[in-house]
Amino acid sequence: MTQGEQISPSDQSTPTASAANSTGAGHSRRVFLFKVSLLINAVVGVVVGVPIIGYLLGPALKKRGADEAWISLGPLDHFPVGETRLVDFRNPITTTWDGETGNVPCWVRRSATETFQVFAVNCAHLGCPVRWFAQSKLFMCPCHGGAYYADGSRASGPPERGLFEYDHKIEGGNLMISAGKMPTLAQQAKATPPLIQMELGGSAKKLAAIEKPKPRCGSCPT
Amino acid sequence: MPDLKQRCIDLYNWFEQRLGLGAPVIESMEHHVPSNTSSWWYVFGSAATVLLLLQVMTGILLALVYAPTADNAWSSLQFLDQNVKLGWFLRAMHGWGSDFMVAVVLIHLAQVFLFGAYKFPRELTWMIGVFLLLLTLGMAFTGQVLRFDQDAYWGLGIGASIMSRVPIIGGSLVDLMLGGPIIAGGTLSRFFALHVFVIPGILLGLVGLHIWMVLRLGINDWPMPGRLVNRKTYVREYHQLTEKTGIPFVPDAAWKDAVFAAAIVLSVIACALWFGPFGPTGQPDPTIIETVPKPDFAFLWIYAVLAYLPPSLETPAMFIAPVVVIVAMLLLPLCSGEGEKHWSRRPVAVLTLAVTAVTLGVFTHLGTFTPWSPIMNAWSGDPVPEAYLHDRTPLERTGAIVLQNKQCRNCHSIGGTGGLRGPALDGIASRMTEDQIIRQVLQGGGNMPAYGNALNPSETTALVHFLTTLRRGKLPPAINASQHLVSSNQTSAPQGGR
Repeated sequence: MTQGEQISPSDQSTPTASAANSTGAGHSRRVFLFKVSLLINAVVGVVVGVPIIGYLLGPALKKRGADEAWISLGPLDHFPVGETRLVDFRNPITTTWDGETGNVPCWVRRSATETFQVFAVNCAHLGCPVRWFAQSKLFMCPCHGGAYYADGSRASGPPERGLFEYDHKIEGGNLMISAGKMPTLAQQAKATPPLIQMELGGSAKKLAAIEKPKPRCGSCPT
Repeated sequence: MPDLKQRCIDLYNWFEQRLGLGAPVIESMEHHVPSNTSSWWYVFGSAATVLLLLQVMTGILLALVYAPTADNAWSSLQFLDQNVKLGWFLRAMHGWGSDFMVAVVLIHLAQVFLFGAYKFPRELTWMIGVFLLLLTLGMAFTGQVLRFDQDAYWGLGIGASIMSRVPIIGGSLVDLMLGGPIIAGGTLSRFFALHVFVIPGILLGLVGLHIWMVLRLGINDWPMPGRLVNRKTYVREYHQLTEKTGIPFVPDAAWKDAVFAAAIVLSVIACALWFGPFGPTGQPDPTIIETVPKPDFAFLWIYAVLAYLPPSLETPAMFIAPVVVIVAMLLLPLCSGEGEKHWSRRPVAVLTLAVTAVTLGVFTHLGTFTPWSPIMNAWSGDPVPEAYLHDRTPLERTGAIVLQNKQCRNCHSIGGTGGLRGPALDGIASRMTEDQIIRQVLQGGGNMPAYGNALNPSETTALVHFLTTLRRGKLPPAINASQHLVSSNQTSAPQGGR
């Protein structure tokens, strides 16, 4: 390894030589140029950073309601009066690689000829899919046991409110709903105060509410 | 032979002259550590590092086949399991490696906490360790998402629902998390980027720092009761200890790390071979709502806590509790950076650790059988036990049919089968009078929905008559003690007592 021994002394001599130079006349000019280069890079950093942040925040910067559209759930005679049925629709905004995840289910309740309610399957607690039990007239959630009455109002369990509802209208003999976004508490803010079941008054009020189910517009901005 | 040996040395020197890494690496491997740190208690950190490397390796191998699109991810996992030679084994290794890594990181944290290793001068090592724990959990969650089955899909739904509860910016956070209006292609792609690039990058960088600091500051000496940490004297004392009792880390102390790491990797392999890969469960089709989503093992306790929190406390607890816990962990070494290290002189620390471990254990255990969830098919799957139908009137037997048909069994068990959400009905007539049962069924209350709208009067009568026959052993029927005072001309025994 004679080569190595020859290299190392010259290696050491270089830094000492440059150290002597650094105190020379050009030093302050080079320090200034280095500071200028830092400034240029800061500007470049901002120029690069702004579009990157814009790209990252893109999904959150969309206008409210930009993802929503009216979708047909099918002709009215698909929904017998007095029944609650599971209906699927294709989300209005999808990509070709979304596959099955672009399909969205919802519960359609026809309580009278012209009276509909369209519920999201997502439990108002943490979004798990609720199932309709026609015999006991309850929606039950498999995750944490949230339960809702036929009109979507909260029956028991951890949810703070009733089921999320889609806006709907009847057009040309078709049931249309306004959908496009996963329903969460952020969009469909709490409309009813949490129900305290231990209070007898609460139960009586709740019973009264079941007697007169009235369609509500849950997704309207409140 | 001597010639060959000389050639090898020459080759090494050729590289060493250019790289210059050999000498410092050997030096740090052979650095002296206090002999009392050569302990089986000090092996968990290195085991976690080895598991991380195993995860990186198996993860890259899985990425050779995995298709990170919402359309194909689930099918590509099926393909890995069924069609790729040993694909199932790699998936199982990665899945079990993840569970082992979470467990070993937690044990490492508990040991470090118990041994007071976070005290001066190792405060920052502990703080980085807290972030390493969070990143490890982040890897576990994002990894579960990449499995992109029903559990992953609805797990994302739970994540989005939690995000949506953040005040003011909740909606924007959901959009950022999902990368689109719904859980779909954009969501999987960003979780893929997180799991494969972002989190592992930060994780590896911080692990490097963590280990660098262990080398720089020296491994924590074995705590002794009464040997207090003092900022002014600790470093000098530690160096004296190392000089007096020091042994080279490699090989004198490291052999235990190596043996334990090998045992852990063998355990991962054994679990992978024995239990196989995790899932995937059903395909991520949201229109298939006949599913009971459940998070992976590491998050079962959160799932359980979310079931037990009262609704009004839930949102504050979701966001305040984690911040408090994480900030407390970060501030711990700054607040108690000196003093006693030995567990026998730190009862509060030992108690905190014990309570935390028991709490996590209990909630995880509850999460494995979710007593708060209705069993969705109990009403059609679990019959009323025969014994409960003997010597019953036709009306009472009709009541048993009502009990099944109205899905009461989804929440109430009879004869040991059915849901655990509500109380078991086996001895109900010994606890409640007929009037109370009627009221409870019709009006609900105490977390039970009201069935007034779902039962007609004859169904209610039949159901209540059946329920009043359900008594445990020879326990008498429940009676309303005040009834005979109110109506002294009627019999004081309720009708259920026969």
